[in-house]
Amino acid sequence: MTASFSITMGPGGKWSAYIGKGKSVTLTAAGDSANVSALLYHAAYPSERYNMPDSLKAQHTAFYTAGHVLMSDQGRVLASIIEDTAGWHDPLGGYTTRKGTDGKYGPTSYQQERNAWLRSGEENLTVELYRHNLTPRDLSAPVNFFSKVVCELDGTMRYVPQPTDGRSVTLRTEMDVLLVVSNTPHPLNPSAVYPGAAVEIRITDAAPMTEDDLCVNHCGENRRAFENTWNAYALMKGAN
Amino acid sequence: MSTFQAVASERNAADAVYNHIIAAGEGWIYDLFPGQVLRIVDVEGNQAVDTLFYSKEDPGDHYSAVRTITRQNNIYLTTGSVLVAESGRELLQITADTCGRHDTLGGACSAQSNTVRYSHDTLPMHNCRDTFMLMLAGRDEFTKRDLAPNVNFFMNVPVTPEGELTFADGVSGPGRYVELTALAPVTVLISNCPQLNNPCNAYNPTPAQVLVWNAEGGEGDV
Repeated sequence: MTASFSITMGPGGKWSAYIGKGKSVTLTAAGDSANVSALLYHAAYPSERYNMPDSLKAQHTAFYTAGHVLMSDQGRVLASIIEDTAGWHDPLGGYTTRKGTDGKYGPTSYQQERNAWLRSGEENLTVELYRHNLTPRDLSAPVNFFSKVVCELDGTMRYVPQPTDGRSVTLRTEMDVLLVVSNTPHPLNPSAVYPGAAVEIRITDAAPMTEDDLCVNHCGENRRAFENTWNAYALMKGAN
Repeated sequence: MSTFQAVASERNAADAVYNHIIAAGEGWIYDLFPGQVLRIVDVEGNQAVDTLFYSKEDPGDHYSAVRTITRQNNIYLTTGSVLVAESGRELLQITADTCGRHDTLGGACSAQSNTVRYSHDTLPMHNCRDTFMLMLAGRDEFTKRDLAPNVNFFMNVPVTPEGELTFADGVSGPGRYVELTALAPVTVLISNCPQLNNPCNAYNPTPAQVLVWNAEGGEGDV
């Protein structure tokens, strides 16, 4: 194991980085009502990116937990969820907007509140995308780590509070990725108080994959997506 | 269980300014003026019509599934639903619907997702993503990055409170339709789904019909 890297996003914080394949990325929440809106792209060719419908329909799920993988629009695995003590991560609720943030929590500004002003997912993600020469054109459905949204049979979406204080979720990168994250509230969290959970991101080398790997063996769909991923890397690797 | 509410339209096909049949497996791209009404007809029933929308004024601003469903607090679309773009811009509103419920989460089939979902040997099969890409490639204002999670009209993707998501037999039937009124200049992109590996088209892809009516006060009137 090499030395680990860690960074903590305070409430409203944002972060992005290129992360090589085979890394373990653990998000740990220090508080309840935590929510991290996350987007994933292929590091070198970011037009390949996390695709919400492709991931959900392949795994017959409307939420993520350990064993699930985050697939790209090219039928490959960008990252897999190898550990999870939170239980449910929401792929449906989107990210907060400036308008929604001002409307729910009251208008704030840098001029008045300085760095305590309330950030939105829309602005955080836009800035971190733009840093990597991407634009709002590249915004799409994020994964909302730590949040639970249940859909009733009539389609109604219901935010369900789940304990997040001290809980963590660990991703293993299966490709070289660009990870973009925003520690901003879940849009459907009805609380009128802006959530205040800091989230630590800790990155180490992942343990080597074993034959009984939870994510590869989760379902035939996942195995085929891994096979697509391994084939793509085999094609990119030079012969000499 | 959910209640399907059918809302019929008074519009007469003879008054439409545009009337076209999209064969199974074909694509269609069309620009709507604000106030124009688009009707999509499931001619023979149980046909998934994969559809994306873009702002004509800002083609990089694509339909946003998550902003649309979060805004209405419901994952299904029906009469009254407002379809919004990634910027929050209102693109269209569903103003009639005799099917009652349309999918926002199933996305479009692709050669690559077919290999994942079914088997590696499905790679050559025709699919919606190929149609979307071919249609977008015909317009200078679009790029591959503009592919976003789409609407599947007439398609049934039930989600349970336990978080299960499945593709089920259709809730639609022959002649059922949905009408959308453009709230802004909008580009509509359709792939009439050729999927043969699941029940979204009842294993028999069939034609869809599209009709367009002008606004009450004439072209461009809101």
